[in-house]
Amino acid sequence: MFKARVHVTLKPSILDPKGKASLGALRNLGYDAIKNVRIGKMIELDIDAATEEEAVKAAELAAQKLLANEVMEDFEIQIMEGVS
Amino acid sequence: MAKFAVIVFPGSNCDHDAYHAIRHVMGAEATFVWHKETALGNVDAVIVPGGFSYGDYLRSGAIARFSPIMQEVVAFANKGGLVMGICNGFQILLEAGLLPGAMLANEKLKFSCKQIYLRTEQTDTPFTNALQPGQAIQIPIAHGEGNYTAPEETIKEIEGNGQVVFRYCDALGNVNPEANPNGSIRNIAGICNNNRNVLGMMPHPERACEMSLGSEDGRLIFRSVLNSLEHA
Repeated sequence: MFKARVHVTLKPSILDPKGKASLGALRNLGYDAIKNVRIGKMIELDIDAATEEEAVKAAELAAQKLLANEVMEDFEIQIMEGVS
Repeated sequence: MAKFAVIVFPGSNCDHDAYHAIRHVMGAEATFVWHKETALGNVDAVIVPGGFSYGDYLRSGAIARFSPIMQEVVAFANKGGLVMGICNGFQILLEAGLLPGAMLANEKLKFSCKQIYLRTEQTDTPFTNALQPGQAIQIPIAHGEGNYTAPEETIKEIEGNGQVVFRYCDALGNVNPEANPNGSIRNIAGICNNNRNVLGMMPHPERACEMSLGSEDGRLIFRSVLNSLEHA
């Protein structure tokens, strides 16, 4: 069993209204060092696979098919330490 | 008599509005089709209605797009059948790949529910043949994620093919940034596919079919569909 994290982010060319609003709030709080905010999502998957390679493959297929919309989003797969 | 299927997902909430507009206002036939069904039955057109299918989990329309009936809707569209996605229905058609592009959260991050105007950009579609070129129609919007986006090359392609059917405008038909309620690229409010038999629009024509609701302009869109079915 593997635990995978799928990080879904908006493509750099896509404006991120939620990130922009959060940046505005951070500015109001005085966090002037923060120059940009991009908001994405992190999805955790428990995957029954024999090898890490197999787990990555399964997570990739899930991301391409459903978890990310590649018209506007990119995704990255991160395999956490093997569970069980 | 023309018969419309109105698809019902868990979380659809404009299905009855669409049914009412088609049946009681336009006098055509309508039937609800539950999303678990695997056949549309003998229908002439399909409405994918507004609402919050699957609570908008993951992304608007992302999960509904895999409901069993959607395979049939895609097959129906690919055979040239008329499919109209309204609001969440538009988002579902984007996710299903029947229309190009995607939806982001509204630029100002607020759910926007108000009367707006649309400029008719294309009249040679089965959904707009009863409208005049450039005609401004009053139709309400009600959405939080209607900020249409697509890669630059896709925008060029749909503009070049005349697939942008409606743009947000003011009451006089002027398309300007002030009339854009959600930040959509080029004020895009509705698009069709290259074959012109699939339409997606964020505004709700089914909520603009009676003067008691503020406008009857939505009838022109349903009238167009009925016209094209009669002449088919």
